[in-house]
Amino acid sequence: MITAERKPLDEILALVGDKKKVLVAGCDTCVAICLTGGEKEAEILASELRIKAEQDGREASIEHTAAIRQCEWEYLDMIADKVKDADIVVSMACGIGIQSMAEKFSPALVVPAVNTNMLGMPQEHALWLERCGACGDCVIGETAGICPVVRCSKSLMNGPCGGSHDGKCEVTTPEKEDIDCAWHLIWERLKAQGREELMYVNRPPKNWSKSSSGGPRKMVREEAKPV
Amino acid sequence: MTATEYKAGSNLEKILTEGKFAVTGECGPPKSADGSIIENKAGILKGFVDAVNITDNQTAVVRVCSMVSGYQAQQHGLEAIMQMTCRDRNRLAMQADILGASVLGIKNILCLTGDHMSFGNHPEAKGVHDLDAINLIKMYKDMRDEARFQCGEEMPVAPKLYIGCAENPFGDPFEFRALRLKKKVEAGADFMQTQCIFNIPKFKEWMKEVRAIGLHQEIKILAGLTPLKGVGAAKYMKNFVPGMDVPQEIVDRMSSVEKGPPAHAEGKKLAVEMIKEIAEIEGVAGVHLMAVEWEEAVPEIVEMAGLLPRPAVA
Repeated sequence: MITAERKPLDEILALVGDKKKVLVAGCDTCVAICLTGGEKEAEILASELRIKAEQDGREASIEHTAAIRQCEWEYLDMIADKVKDADIVVSMACGIGIQSMAEKFSPALVVPAVNTNMLGMPQEHALWLERCGACGDCVIGETAGICPVVRCSKSLMNGPCGGSHDGKCEVTTPEKEDIDCAWHLIWERLKAQGREELMYVNRPPKNWSKSSSGGPRKMVREEAKPV
Repeated sequence: MTATEYKAGSNLEKILTEGKFAVTGECGPPKSADGSIIENKAGILKGFVDAVNITDNQTAVVRVCSMVSGYQAQQHGLEAIMQMTCRDRNRLAMQADILGASVLGIKNILCLTGDHMSFGNHPEAKGVHDLDAINLIKMYKDMRDEARFQCGEEMPVAPKLYIGCAENPFGDPFEFRALRLKKKVEAGADFMQTQCIFNIPKFKEWMKEVRAIGLHQEIKILAGLTPLKGVGAAKYMKNFVPGMDVPQEIVDRMSSVEKGPPAHAEGKKLAVEMIKEIAEIEGVAGVHLMAVEWEEAVPEIVEMAGLLPRPAVA
């Protein structure tokens, strides 16, 4: 799923500025599951903005709503009236949802209340770990189902660097302590699968043009187009 | 007698090819536009090492680039081993730089992944990592041997390179480490320098693995050593440098002597003992002395280890 974290309140307040009619719009899909931007979180942020406006003695009308998915036009239709009524929309969806909203209701002012951070997996309650970099050229069939593109800090394609120690990555910062070395995990799982020879092969340079390095990507499914 | 066909014809390549025990050193370029630093360091090391590594934004800290510093060292009579990391350049830049280095007369190149940006002075930088070190070795080999760019296009004049790599015998998973060197040999590496060795028994164990798969016959292995200036350096290496294995007995030995000159003398003595022990290991073709910001210790260590005069090769 796509994960996101809420921006600090001060940053959101700076984006909202002195706008009077504010709509906080949650999204009830990915960002709701990661407890960041669903209807409940939209309601909480709206309350925070209301309290702040009151403390500052500003007149403001702050409402909240949520779309089932902000990234699809038909779900946006369902909240169109509320959006049209607002001076500003504070979207709590991922970057895709925010942009869908901004495009659908252009030139309405839509600003983000979250930072979209990864394609992650809920490892345990309240812990998400990055699992996919959407590189456009998946290699995990040869790497024991473990992605070296995002799970190796250096996106190495040919095994661990010299900084792998006791199964841990050399990158340990206060925020990122205890990162597993992806290539150590790959090695161990390939051995368990009896396929460690996959580690002995020299993989050629990766084709990054299939990732964001190739410019904005587009996917067309001709066969699925309406006739 | 036919003359040996060299890949690059560097001093280092000739010494290693002739089977002589090689000594390489290391120079870190300065964190400023001061052109005198490399000049001074080259002056200290000249005649005591066969070639000198010029680091490339070592530990992810910005410094004068390795190409210009390498060129400077060579202008002062000391052959360079230009380091190149995958952290700061994509494949276009890495090919452009090797062509430029070649034009400037640099022949030895060391292909590295590079320490992560988070260790350095620009932790917010975007890491490039377009290629990994193994891809880099292969790319340079193809440029040299096939006169082709990574994309397959041909070039009229190929760079003449002696291609090196690094390996950390103390990295994990240990059982994959010799196999990783094999991948680098297959990619085209001619010589290899190890991470600093402090744990000799473990290095011996690794060399056993290396010999078991015959790699010592296929690549010239230089054992990396860092003379310790004092107990502080030992502790720093042990606790803060990624991938370093410093046994407690080394820390204890360095802390048993007084700071300053006695510690310096002990550090040099330890380095000499280690060189002698390592030189006896089958498959070790030389030593790589990384006297970080302590270049002036190198001449004495090389002399005490009985490695002078350095061989002259035609």
